[in-house]
Amino acid sequence: MIPELGHFALVLALLLACAQAVTSLVGAQLGERRGALLIAAGPPTAIGGAAFVGLSFGCLMWSYAVSDFSVANVVQNSHSLKPMLYKLTGTWGNHEGSMVLWILILGLCSAAVAWFGGNLPASLRARVLGVLGLIAVGFLLFTILTSNPFERVWPIPEDGTDLNPLLQDPGLAFHPPFLYLGYVGTAVAFAFACAALIEGRVDAAWGRWVRPWTLAAWCALTLGIALGSWWAYYELGWGGFWFWDPVENASLMPWLLATALLHSAIVVEKREALKVWTILLAILTFSLSLLGTFLVRSGILNSVHAFANDPDRGVFILILLAVTVGGSLMLFAWRAPAMVPQGVFAPLSREGALVLNNLLLATLCAVVFVGTLYPLFADLVLGAKITVGPPFFNATTFPLFVPLMIAMAVGPLLPWKRADLWAALARLRLAMAVVAVFAVVYIAAVDRALLPLLGFAVALWVVLAAATDLADRIKLGAVPLGDSWRRLRGLPRGAIGGIIAHAAVGICVAGIAGKGIAPERITLLRPGETTTIAAYTIRFEGTSSVAGPNWTGTEGRLVVIRDGREIGALTPQRRFYPVARMNTTEAAIRTSGFADLYGVIGESTADGATVVRLHFNPLAPWIWFGAVLMALGGLVSLSDRRLRVGVPARRRAPVPVAAE
Amino acid sequence: MKAGDHAGPPRPLRRARLPLVGARGPRPTGGGPSWGARGALRPLALVFFLLCAPAHAVVDPREMLPDPAQEQRARDIGRGLRCLVCQNQSIDDSNADLARDLRRIVRERVAAGDSDAEVVRFVTDRYGDYVLLRPPVNAVTIGLWAAPALILLAGGAGAFAYLRRRRAATPPEAAPLSPEERARLRHLTAE
Repeated sequence: MIPELGHFALVLALLLACAQAVTSLVGAQLGERRGALLIAAGPPTAIGGAAFVGLSFGCLMWSYAVSDFSVANVVQNSHSLKPMLYKLTGTWGNHEGSMVLWILILGLCSAAVAWFGGNLPASLRARVLGVLGLIAVGFLLFTILTSNPFERVWPIPEDGTDLNPLLQDPGLAFHPPFLYLGYVGTAVAFAFACAALIEGRVDAAWGRWVRPWTLAAWCALTLGIALGSWWAYYELGWGGFWFWDPVENASLMPWLLATALLHSAIVVEKREALKVWTILLAILTFSLSLLGTFLVRSGILNSVHAFANDPDRGVFILILLAVTVGGSLMLFAWRAPAMVPQGVFAPLSREGALVLNNLLLATLCAVVFVGTLYPLFADLVLGAKITVGPPFFNATTFPLFVPLMIAMAVGPLLPWKRADLWAALARLRLAMAVVAVFAVVYIAAVDRALLPLLGFAVALWVVLAAATDLADRIKLGAVPLGDSWRRLRGLPRGAIGGIIAHAAVGICVAGIAGKGIAPERITLLRPGETTTIAAYTIRFEGTSSVAGPNWTGTEGRLVVIRDGREIGALTPQRRFYPVARMNTTEAAIRTSGFADLYGVIGESTADGATVVRLHFNPLAPWIWFGAVLMALGGLVSLSDRRLRVGVPARRRAPVPVAAE
Repeated sequence: MKAGDHAGPPRPLRRARLPLVGARGPRPTGGGPSWGARGALRPLALVFFLLCAPAHAVVDPREMLPDPAQEQRARDIGRGLRCLVCQNQSIDDSNADLARDLRRIVRERVAAGDSDAEVVRFVTDRYGDYVLLRPPVNAVTIGLWAAPALILLAGGAGAFAYLRRRRAATPPEAAPLSPEERARLRHLTAE
């Protein structure tokens, strides 16, 4: 009964989404007077639609919670012995459920636009809701027709086949919701872009409305990607955090463009320039989010992540993609030329720096795009099978990344309209001196490999430049400390958020560079034998059996010794999930906040000798700390008063209008 | 392919071999009911997981060469070769049998005194360029390798043109005043 209720709610949500799209778009076209009734119907349908998707999602989650094995989706992805947390998160740990989550988030975004969008011009809000409704129609159709999560199964099996054990992990359990929040958030920016194209006007207010949505989506995407890479780091068992896997690239591309969009929307808001480009960016960002879904779901680029490989669905998503991307780009080609560029500025200015930012980020995104899809192109068009792996991506993105980092330090110091580069660089002379000293010391004392050094240097450069920006803004040292403090409190949150996020990029890059000098040791140890890594001695004390609710395993014990003193132990595990018949490794990580000691055990031989793999990863935790800090900077910026108050004030109370 | 086979005639890996290799892996139990076409794909996906489950400390120390310098070379070479039955994993990261065999071949060639380039050629002669994680520059991949520079040049040219126009542009003229605004202006200036 509950699954049928969920199914029914999903169909109702589809009908409401149709109504939302039609009434809003037609109403807006008729005009705010003649279409008033239709426009007024939009927000309630959006909120109602979200409620029905929520009901449907709740029904699916209920089926998982009570292990209703008459539902095929639950059978395939759950097991009665699975811990409750993973039963619940299993709701979206599969293709069908994740589509419902996608639609739920889209519905919530629509409802938020409907609920909080009272200060938008009525026709703009209606068009935004209309476009969001159209997207919801596409995805609901896709889910109901090709990926129904409520399909029943007969005869009812006694137990489920369990969720892929790799997904039974806190990091991955919450990775999809954040990622989807990011993907779907870009849908709102996309809807604003389409609405602006239909309306034929983009102004500073438009940029001000788009920015918070993009910022929120960007924060969620940042956290989602960070969670995924953190999971890869501790779960996949070889200490890497980014593999340039097609599915990872699929999430990185929208992130890169959303970062560009975030910055170009500032130019639209402050200077009314870059309007057409910003609209194009919004369209492309969402298109890449859709492509991400397509890459993962269609199985066209098989990868470790693709837990649903079904070409039939791929064709449906391909059509969806073609309609959305093709339609919006046609709209763009038709309407964009009508938009008159405004804003005059010299190439060397804040605007110019942001153009450079957009150029480099968009190029990075395009390079990742080409690298990800080229094997497909070579196979289909050139008839050759090739592999494009990490060496290609490292070689091609690095030369773009370094200038981006160098420029992102200088950009915020440039004034709008016309800037003096030398003045900005003069303000950074202290930062330059520190970086130069660091480089000399590093070469002399640590290592001579060029790439890690370059990574550390640009990371330091970016952090110091952010600090310089902050210090200059609060006149640190030039005025009494109390005055500086008052200035700091008076700084707009947007500026503080930007400084935090820029510094966070530097911290993240330092962590990535640290991986470049990380030593590793792979060795065969018998109980009692020791090995060394970095400054540590590791003594292997043998293995023992362990068991969890739905797995059995082996746990190794590695005692960590430093300067002759035992300071702790690593207890990596190898688990076997009998239902899914899969092994997983659970790496043991001992972190100081500045470095990780990372241990994994492999197979044991008959005489008790075990393969032990150890890594010492300096600064590795900073990768994720930096990412979280980036998102935090975004949130601080999001709390800026201007983003809430600066928009045209909502009318006091809707004046009751007598029926005419 | 066993390590001893490498002396045999070159045998390029065909695409048809991939499912065949997959079929060697253990299949999940067929006990449960089938859920249509989608269910049929699950075993294949699972086999991929079972073969390539990145669940092990790979590179078994027992495989390693006694000479650390040679072993390091073998590791560096191995990092550039993909596991043919996995997705996007190098042979160093994969636990699949085929990857293990390739690691053994690489070590045999290194121990036999081949240069790095010779080892790689030995492998690509048998498996094709598909095995290289860093695609070589040739007629097929020229588009791939040229793309970053071309994109940057095209984008840079566009940005340059845009910036030039923005500098040269005259500020947009203020829109003419509406009659009401003109009336207000008259009213204000009269005061």
